Formats: sequence, C-alpha cells, structure tokens
Amino acid sequence: MTPRFLLEISAFIAVIAALALLPLFASPYGITLMIGMLGYVALAIGWALFSGPTRYVSLATVAFFGIGAYTCAVFSEVLAYPLLLLVAGLIGLGVALVVGLATLRLAGVYFVIFTFGLAELIRQLVTWYEVNITGTLGRYIFLPVTPEGIYWQLLALTAAAFAMSWAISRSRLGLALKVIGEDEVVASHSGIDIARVKLGLFALSAVIMTLVGAIQAPRWTYVEPSIAFNPTVSFLTLIMALLGGANRLMGPILGAVPLFLLFEWLSANFPNHYSIILGLIFITIVFVLPNGVLDFIEKGWARRLPVAKPAEVHK
Amino acid sequence: MSPFLQVSGLTRRFGGLVAVNDLSFSVAKGEIVGLLGPNGSGKTTVLNMISGHLPPSDGQIALADTRLSGLGPHKIARQGVARTFQLVRALPSLSVTENVIVALAFGRKRLWGEAARLEALKRLEQVGLAHRAGQQAGDLTYIDQKRMELARALAADPQLLLLDEWLAGLNPTELQTGIELIRGLKSSGITILMVEHVMEAIRALCGRCVIMNAGIKIADAPTAEALSDPAVVTAYLGEQHA
Ligand SMILES: Nc1ncnc2c1ncn2[C@@H]1O[C@H](COP(=O)(O)OP(=O)(O)O)[C@@H](O)[C@H]1O
Ligand SMILES: [Mg+2]
Repeated sequence: MTPRFLLEISAFIAVIAALALLPLFASPYGITLMIGMLGYVALAIGWALFSGPTRYVSLATVAFFGIGAYTCAVFSEVLAYPLLLLVAGLIGLGVALVVGLATLRLAGVYFVIFTFGLAELIRQLVTWYEVNITGTLGRYIFLPVTPEGIYWQLLALTAAAFAMSWAISRSRLGLALKVIGEDEVVASHSGIDIARVKLGLFALSAVIMTLVGAIQAPRWTYVEPSIAFNPTVSFLTLIMALLGGANRLMGPILGAVPLFLLFEWLSANFPNHYSIILGLIFITIVFVLPNGVLDFIEKGWARRLPVAKPAEVHK
Repeated sequence: MSPFLQVSGLTRRFGGLVAVNDLSFSVAKGEIVGLLGPNGSGKTTVLNMISGHLPPSDGQIALADTRLSGLGPHKIARQGVARTFQLVRALPSLSVTENVIVALAFGRKRLWGEAARLEALKRLEQVGLAHRAGQQAGDLTYIDQKRMELARALAADPQLLLLDEWLAGLNPTELQTGIELIRGLKSSGITILMVEHVMEAIRALCGRCVIMNAGIKIADAPTAEALSDPAVVTAYLGEQHA
C-alpha cells in the first residue's frame, strides 16, 4: 500500500463521514435537496460504470429506477423494509440480465433507441397492469422511513457504487473494459469474453439504478407510472455523466452535483421553459465538451504546460 | 507426423463472392508454413476464420483434438491461437506495456500486476521495443506498432501463431532482424502459419507453402517446388506470361 493510496482512502472515508453528519445540521429542505442530489450522483455513477468504458449510450436508466420505485410501492405492505430493497435489487438484476442478453449485440444508435423504448415499454406495461388488473393507476407508499434514513441509505449506496467503480478501474475487469472500448476485435482475440463482461457491467449498473429508485420511493408517498418512469431521469443522468466525463472516477460526481443544483433552480424559476433549457444544455454539452469537463481542463492544462504533461503521464 | 492444425473443406462466402472455396490443408506441430497467393485470393479470410474473427460458411478447423470452427475468438485465443493483423490493431490510448499486458491478463497465463509487467517487458525486449515501453501505443511509428502487435501475440503464449504480412514494409535491415526473430520462435516450438509476400522471407523461413488463387488451393508443397509450380507462376504473372 502506497502512501498515496492510504491518503486517498482516508480522504474518501472523511468525506463520507462528513456527509453522514450533515442531516444533524441541515434543514428539512436541505435534506430533501441532498436526497435528490445523492440520487442523481448514484445514478450517474451507475450509468458511467457501464456506458463510460463500453460507449453504449443507455437511456434505460429510468426503466430500472422505476422498477425499483414500483417494487417498493407494490410490496411495501407485505415485505419488511430491508427485504424490500433486496427484492427490488433482484428484480432489477433479472430484468437487466434478460434485456442485456437480448440487446448487447445491438450497436450504436440502435442500442440508444432500444433502451429508450424499453423504458417506455415498461411504463406502458405497468400502466396497463394497474388499470386493467389492479383497477387503480396510482399507489400510496407508507413506510416508516425518515428522510434522514433515506439520505443515509443513499449515501451508503453512493459510497458503495463509487468504491466499486474505483476497484473496477484498477482491476483486470477495468482493463478488459478499456480494451473493449478501444477495439473489440483485439479484446476478443486476447481472450476477453466481451458478451459476459458487458452483461455483467450492465447488470451491476442496473442494480445500482434500481436501488436508487427503491430507496427514494418512500419520499413520494404517492407514485404512478408517469412519475416513476419519467424519461427526464434518463436524460438528466446521461447529461450529468457526460458533463463530468463518463470515463473518469470523479466525472459523474463532478457532473451530477452542479447540474442537479442548476436544474433545481431552473425548475423553481422557469417551470414553463424547463424542458427547452434542458435540451439546450444537453446539446451544448455534447458539442462543446464531448469528453467531459475533466478532459477539457486537462487538455487546456496540457496546452499551457506543454513540457509538463509527458512526464506526468509517465506512471 | 500427425497434423496439429487441420483445415478441411473450409469455405467462406460474402454474398455472391466465394472468398475461400473448399480449402483443405494441414500444418504439423512446430512447422512454419507460408500461405501465399495474389491479392484478394482469400488468405486473410482464412486467418480470420482460424482465429474466429469470421465464422466459416462451411468446413472445419481443428487444432490438435479441439474443434475451433464454431467457437468465438476469445475461446479460440484460450486454445492457444494468437495472431497479428494485416492492418495493425494497436490499442492507441493504452501504453505499449499495457497493450502487451492485455494478452497476459486474459490469455492462457492469466498474469496480473507486477508479474504481468515484467513479462510484458520481456516480450517487448524480444521484439526490440523495450525502449518504448512507457509510450502511448498511438505515438509509435507503424513499424513499431507492428512489433508491439507481435509482442502482444507472443505474450499470449500461443501454440499456433498466425502472421498476416507481418514482414511487409520493413527495410532490408529490419527484414533480416524480423526473419531472425521468427526463426527464433520456431526453436521454441511454436507452430506458425504466415501470410507473406516477401519472397526472401518465405524462402528463408517456410519449409512448405500453401498457395491460393481466387479462394482455391492451387499448390501445397515444399517451398521451392510450390513456387515453381506452373499453376502458381500463372497465377502470379497472369496467363500471357506462362
Ligand atoms: N468482410 C468482408 N466482406 C466482404 N468481402 C470481403 C470481406 N473480407 C474479404 N472480402 C473479399 O474476399 C476476397 C478475399 O479477401 P482477402 O482474404 O482479404 O484476400 P487476401 O488477404 O488474400 O488479399 C476479396 O475479394 C475481398 O474483397
Ligand atoms: Mg490479406
């Protein structure tokens, strides 16, 4: 263990501990804000885990998020709370494996369209089921979870997701992902089972997203398909991860925090033009910062300090 | 000698084009065999089918007692087949060392960490590229990328090595070094099937040649004999010269 590694671990633990103490000082509104923010940070980390290295742009985020929320709503009266999360995670995993097996052969824009369609399909299925079988569209969720409880759970999930992506980036699996992102032919000819690696990562990323939905659901008290499966969630997650840089450990966090605050402010101040502004921001990020801010800053740095870079890169 | 690599009735169609047509040949363990033919005769397609990059339309490929045809490239790689590509495939944003580590980490050796790094350096030394170990692969010259690709293939610890015009584009000095390098591999027991146009290298390295034209095998004999075969001379020079 190098000193640098110990330093990073200590910093990580200190940040999580400080964040865990936050509810003791924050106002109820502050906690609500933090819950929303942590939710998006976790979603963005989960999204980047799969889509960053593989470059598969997924719009299925809300499919899994919604599955988590709905599982929580449907089973809230029959299952004890921690078990509820486990069941939600397992359902998310099952759906991800089936969907992954069917779609990971699709490339490029076909995958984007399919994942978008998937979220809509699941929403329609749930709506149909609720209307025709249950007879009601919405559901109430009454669970004995406090906002602080939700916050701490999301913090734990976010920390776990971050630690996982850190561990993966240093592992053999991380190298496999880099190679797959760079050249699938080389990857397969080197002995990497591409289908398995992609499926595994897709499933892991989906479980994180499902858990975010399941943990946040009690905050809403009332859910219906159009709330739980709102496609904006998928788009926001995508923009946040892209803004920070989906191929970097800190990228999703650095993208999610400012954008979440910006969107909160926009929806409070410009409720009618929110969607248009969102679209404009999206287009700007894709065109101006296709590799994320972190990459942009590093490149700018390298331009100003042309001599320093090669020495630094040399690990 | 019993065949190590056995190709039988191998066929590949691309739409209406039959790129490889009912091709059969075998290679014994430790042999270096040349796969020759004019451009477009289907040589690369044959290597692609052996390495699993393309599934055959028909026919079979077996290595020792294992059937390769029908397996995906990652499974074939784990059976001990490694290759280089006619158009080099480097992983440009990875370092030269990392490029080689890929084959060590996921190949038959499954090395990782410091052990993998040391082994990668050994392989780079073997191809004369140790001084570039820390560079990004994308910054290498084309020839150095070819060297790196060979180091990566060797790092997989292959039983069968497929080379697709690996010696093309080398200057005379580099060519001699390249020939010596491949000769050195033979003594370590690797079986090699090489697509090549450089006659000097073919004469120096290949005991036997399989020669194709328009997807069909037109000769399969010891090198000198195969190269003087009237059908081969016609294929290379065209009807009017024969
Ligand atoms: N992926 C492919 N799709 C369609 N045609 C191909 C493909 N690969 C090769 N071919 C065609 O098959 C024939 C043989 O090509 P190739 O095996 O590359 O020849 P060689 O390596 O002997 O020069 C050529 O006519 C080529 O155009
Ligand atoms: Mg060729």
